[in-house]
Amino acid sequence: MGVGRRMKKQAAPEPLSEAHYAKLKRKAGIPVEAIEEPQKKRKMGKASATTGNSTPVSKRRERKAALKNGNGVKGSDKTKGPKELPAHRQGKKAAAAKVPAPEGSDDEEMDDEFAGSDLEAGNSDEAPNGTLGDDFLGSDNDDDDSVFDSDEEGRARAIFSEDEDESDGEEKLTAANMAGLSAKLDRQMEEEAAADEAELKEAALQTNIAGDKPKVLEDDDDDDDDLAAKTKAMLAPDLQLLRTRITENIRVLDDFANLHQEGRSRAEYTAQLLKDVCAYYGYSDYLAEKLYNLFTPREAFAFFEANESARPVVIRTNTLRTNRRELAQALINRGVTLEPVGKWSKVGLQVFETSVPLGATPEYLAGHYILQAASSFLPCMALDPQENDRVLDMAAAPGGKTTYLAAMMKNTGFIMANDPNRARSKGLIGNVHRLGASNVIVSNYDAREFPKPMGGFDRVLLDAPCSGTGVIAKDPSVKTNKTQLDFMQLPHLQKQLLLAAIDSVSHNNKPGGGYIVYSTCSVTVEENEEVVQYALRKRPNVKLVDTTIPFGKEGFTSYRGKKFDASMNLTRRYYPHTYNVDGFFVAKFHKTGPTPPKAPTGSRGGRQDEDNVIIDKTPIAADEEEAAKDDFGGWDEDEDEEIMEKGKRNAMRRRGIDPRSTSKTKKADK
Amino acid sequence: MRPLTEQETQTLFKKLADYTGPSLKNLIAPLDNTPNADRYVFRLSGQNRVYYVLLSLANIATSISRDKLLSLGVCIGKFTKTGKFRMHITALPVIAPHARHKIWIRPNGVMPFLYGSNVVKAHVGRYSEDCPEHQGVVVYSMEDTPLGFGVTARSTIEARRLDPTGIVCFRQADCGEYLRDEDALFSTG
Repeated sequence: MGVGRRMKKQAAPEPLSEAHYAKLKRKAGIPVEAIEEPQKKRKMGKASATTGNSTPVSKRRERKAALKNGNGVKGSDKTKGPKELPAHRQGKKAAAAKVPAPEGSDDEEMDDEFAGSDLEAGNSDEAPNGTLGDDFLGSDNDDDDSVFDSDEEGRARAIFSEDEDESDGEEKLTAANMAGLSAKLDRQMEEEAAADEAELKEAALQTNIAGDKPKVLEDDDDDDDDLAAKTKAMLAPDLQLLRTRITENIRVLDDFANLHQEGRSRAEYTAQLLKDVCAYYGYSDYLAEKLYNLFTPREAFAFFEANESARPVVIRTNTLRTNRRELAQALINRGVTLEPVGKWSKVGLQVFETSVPLGATPEYLAGHYILQAASSFLPCMALDPQENDRVLDMAAAPGGKTTYLAAMMKNTGFIMANDPNRARSKGLIGNVHRLGASNVIVSNYDAREFPKPMGGFDRVLLDAPCSGTGVIAKDPSVKTNKTQLDFMQLPHLQKQLLLAAIDSVSHNNKPGGGYIVYSTCSVTVEENEEVVQYALRKRPNVKLVDTTIPFGKEGFTSYRGKKFDASMNLTRRYYPHTYNVDGFFVAKFHKTGPTPPKAPTGSRGGRQDEDNVIIDKTPIAADEEEAAKDDFGGWDEDEDEEIMEKGKRNAMRRRGIDPRSTSKTKKADK
Repeated sequence: MRPLTEQETQTLFKKLADYTGPSLKNLIAPLDNTPNADRYVFRLSGQNRVYYVLLSLANIATSISRDKLLSLGVCIGKFTKTGKFRMHITALPVIAPHARHKIWIRPNGVMPFLYGSNVVKAHVGRYSEDCPEHQGVVVYSMEDTPLGFGVTARSTIEARRLDPTGIVCFRQADCGEYLRDEDALFSTG
């Protein structure tokens, strides 16, 4: 083809000498360092762009862009054989070139170049070749199997997954049972694994030699030369170095007894690690520490790392309009590559790549599917609404969960979809109509007011507003804009909402009813276990039950000295690095009895003054008991008087009159 | 939220009958034969919007205060200030099963239609027979997915003689409006 020939001519940059790149770098004002050279060189070569001073993310993007330029370039490179490569590698390359998937062959090539040019580079992207411990591979890439420690497979995969974002996602997915890789990719991986084995062993040898290196490195970063540190702090952080240090540090923390330096405490290492994480990923100190404390150092690193890559795009079939097979067929015909999201969902489809905008296909507009993160399937599955149930969705916008509930109920019964935000409600109503959920009433209350407008629901879904620490990949601004205050205010709101949710449920409406599902897209304990614990304490009439979701990590029963209810292990946590879904938390309650009348209610505390005036917070269910005693639950003259007084005072204040002054004048009159 | 007045009902039904024909009565027939069977009703709520909703659901919704109730059931459309009724795309799932006249459009015509253009002759795949001029029709894709509705520009017989770029059906509403006109479709006050 004409294009191919043209591309071949353009593909010359690969074999150029290093001096050329050094020159380019100097032009771009980047210091030319021996350590970074190989990687930068490679990247620039790939992207055929000279903007070298980029963050890892943008680098990755560049790489991706380069990949999308097509096979032509690479194919030509290969035929030219730019580097002095081992013979077996070249042979394999030719084989790989035949395989249509571009990432695989490209990855390989990168590796080769790298291996050929510089083995000593402390480049953790290409961990097997660098000075890093080989065990880091596990944490870098194979986030899912932190326990699983099979050398060969892990490494082979790591090489494959590290280089390219997309394949990274796919790779993790396999491990997380979210979706199988295509057979093609599998075959290719195996091929690679076999061929790389020898090289990897070599690398392993190297790293074994470097086994006592962490001491040296730690010497560097924990050293007392403050001046040097200060000057360093002024400069832009050297990402390469930071990353190396983070990984080394984690290795030390993993095996502290053997690897730590004399006279250094674990706290020092941790502090250094946190500092590096903040610098490398751009978290605020506060949030980094909070998140770090949730995990082991290794897992925390995997978590931070996972937050840098986007989660896979998932769509949910609207079973009210179509079924998954038909939808998949229709979308495949439009040039979308997709696969079922996993065995756990019958309606989810994971999209690998698409040539059309998924949010504007005729199928989308006809309401056959909705773009919905895999994690937001989970609370709906946990709630498991039955036909003819009465369901409340307390924070419904933008309607993904609401419409899923409607589909599960086959448009019977009814769903009260509430959202306090009018602007967001527009999208909610749009989705409800587009997906044809006709059993939905959309309301606009502050959810804390429930069950005042309506109570006695069979099931309540509370997907509480949260800090979003589970969806940092989606919204990186969370890294910096969350402060301690947020982690006090949000749990407060969540506790109120959860109590309101519990009070809105009727425990004896019908058999199989009385369930509440509480979920957040946050991973912090404050917003999850502590809120659940609070609800369990304040509402002795609810208990945690199994969420019936087949995967997920158990909630913490104790955390940093805090002890939670033993049944907290029935709640489920989801992390981006373990299941490749957004960070998520799901707890399912079952209400077994009426709420005691004296129990504090959800809406109190938000607005102290007025709330004292509002009475009747007891749920409908509780009314039944009281009705036995008295039609109106008794009457307390004094209390009524007091409430009326208070109401009058409030009314005066609202009109701008100071109630105290008027009472004084009244007294004076008397 | 309130039931429609006599006049409003007439206006609305006249409009609906344009698309559904005599099967209009199926829209409001009780769901089964039991004496207290649930049935669909029309309710007028915020900003003159008309909702097509199960009676039981409408009764439940009465406990929600007027300014807090944003939507219930399926929105059919709204009454204009001059008293006419304007059907929205959201009414499509209501009228599509009962549609009397239909147009199926070819795959190459689907996207232009969803982007808001009228249906031209070249894009028509199939066409209900004996369709008069200016008659409400529901537009389907060849896979029988309802995409929108409109009124015919020509009767079926005339349309046969039309050249390929001639307009067969004027678009009134299409699914693309979910994206284009979200603000206008769903007022949240």
